[in-house]
Amino acid sequence: MTGTSTSAAPMLETRALVKRFGGLAATDHLSLSVAVGELHALIGPNGAGKTTLIGQLSGELTPDAGRILFDGRDVTALPVDQRSRRGLARSFQITSVFPSFSALDNVALAVQAHAGHSFRFWRDAARDRRLSDPARAVLERVGLGARADVPASALAHGEKRQLELAMALATGPKLLLLDEPMAGMGPEESARMVELLAELKGGVTILLVEHDMDAVFALADRITVLVRGAALASGSPAAIRADAAVREAYLGEEGEAV
Amino acid sequence: MPPLIRSPLAPRVALALLLIAALALPTVAVWAGEPFYLRLGARILVFALAAVSLDLILGFGGMVSFGHAAFVGIGGYVVGILFAHQADGSTLFGWPGTTNGYIVWPLAMLAGGLAALPIGAISLRTSGVPFIMITLAFAQMLFYLMTGLKAYGGDDGVALWSRTSFPGGPNIADHATFYYVSLGLLVAALLVCWRLVNSRFGRVIRGAKDNERRMRALGYPVTRYKLTAFVIAGALAGLAGALLANATLFVGPQYLHWSRSGDLIVMVVLGGIGTLIGPVLGAAALLLLEEFVPEAMNLVHAGLGEHWKIVLGPILLGLVLFARKGLWGLVTGGNRP
Repeated sequence: MTGTSTSAAPMLETRALVKRFGGLAATDHLSLSVAVGELHALIGPNGAGKTTLIGQLSGELTPDAGRILFDGRDVTALPVDQRSRRGLARSFQITSVFPSFSALDNVALAVQAHAGHSFRFWRDAARDRRLSDPARAVLERVGLGARADVPASALAHGEKRQLELAMALATGPKLLLLDEPMAGMGPEESARMVELLAELKGGVTILLVEHDMDAVFALADRITVLVRGAALASGSPAAIRADAAVREAYLGEEGEAV
Repeated sequence: MPPLIRSPLAPRVALALLLIAALALPTVAVWAGEPFYLRLGARILVFALAAVSLDLILGFGGMVSFGHAAFVGIGGYVVGILFAHQADGSTLFGWPGTTNGYIVWPLAMLAGGLAALPIGAISLRTSGVPFIMITLAFAQMLFYLMTGLKAYGGDDGVALWSRTSFPGGPNIADHATFYYVSLGLLVAALLVCWRLVNSRFGRVIRGAKDNERRMRALGYPVTRYKLTAFVIAGALAGLAGALLANATLFVGPQYLHWSRSGDLIVMVVLGGIGTLIGPVLGAAALLLLEEFVPEAMNLVHAGLGEHWKIVLGPILLGLVLFARKGLWGLVTGGNRP
């Protein structure tokens, strides 16, 4: 288990978080807690406020009220880059890599972000093994080792999703915020990603936002169901599956299949 | 359009040929009895330096500055103002004027960098079109400021009657020496920029060009890196300005005019944006076209040269359309450096 916090304190906590867009409360007094080491899944129908929540957790959106605590500290007012340097890494729902960099250099850029300041103007970064060695190791870990020198723009969709995850991992995070890592993936690619997340589970705390219910119920230690910006239910996969309100409000017909 | 030469050695060969041509130009000019070419060559080198400094932020950092000529002009004015005080024995803030290059040229760089600091800090709060407009606005403000500087000639600027001196160093009053000094500084600047864009710092600004949001999510305080690049580019442009003042023996507000900033962008795009040698080729191409298109048109019909821009426009358009990666891209197929 990574992180320095004590076992009692959650890795991530929101307290009565509120974010409104006009009259609509996209996040409505949401209190959420992600324990150290767990894989916590966040599910909810479209428009439930998942993306808005991710935005606030990562620091791209400022909440209107409430607090966000990360690793025992109030980070509500911290900008994106500072949260990241404290160990909060995220992946993006829409693949967000550096197209003109190779796969290896994409990851090396993530390593570099957490290897001190970058006001280093002279040495060739491509020959810096303090960047490329850890980057290569992470690429191997996500199964992209053979594709290290391919430009990110030339990778297949599934590979880009793996690269996306590799970049988040390479920052050595305490918490991984994964925004629909299986988005747009075929069944085989999805299965590979589930396998990968299962390997990561336990080593790093993960908050997983995902539409793929099979993946969520296979991976999660705990699930929170978000409806209209508030937590409808939170509990183990079995408890969520059995929850009548969840079945009615969200899973609906799909709930029969779960 | 496919590259003219496909071998992976092509960039190196082209680079070596360019360097040889640049080194040989003074000898050839003297031998041909055309000292004018020497002055044109020096002018190309100076603008090449300015264009390279612009490409550092434009091509590598994705910052479309439409006010880069302001920093060139500021560097020029440092030379001009200190010369004017030296000439009439007056003082500036209690300091005497000077034409000592060991003082003046670093000061020109410092002034360019210092001007770029607040301008960059404010402009970088925006991006895209607003960034273009704000950098343009700052440059035009400085243009009008210089126009209003009556003590230094206002509209008319400052005429210099001698070049900067380097006691114990090269005598740049000699055209060939000045040319070689300019060439040396350009090559040094290219080397520095080459190290820079491949360093950790360079990766950060290139990454920010690709995907700034992701850079922040990775933990980079992107703005301070971009600002640093902006300041470095301003300082290099200031040096180019000091050289320009010496090349033309004149400093005036027109050096800061937005159309000069536009020329610099054309040089970068024409030669190959996001490459280091591209802007050098672009500067050479644009200045040569400006020089010889009117001349050629006058040969066709006396007085026709006045309308040279009618011909220059389509030529530039054609080059940009058919050599999308710029002139350097024609040679290398678009590969760096």
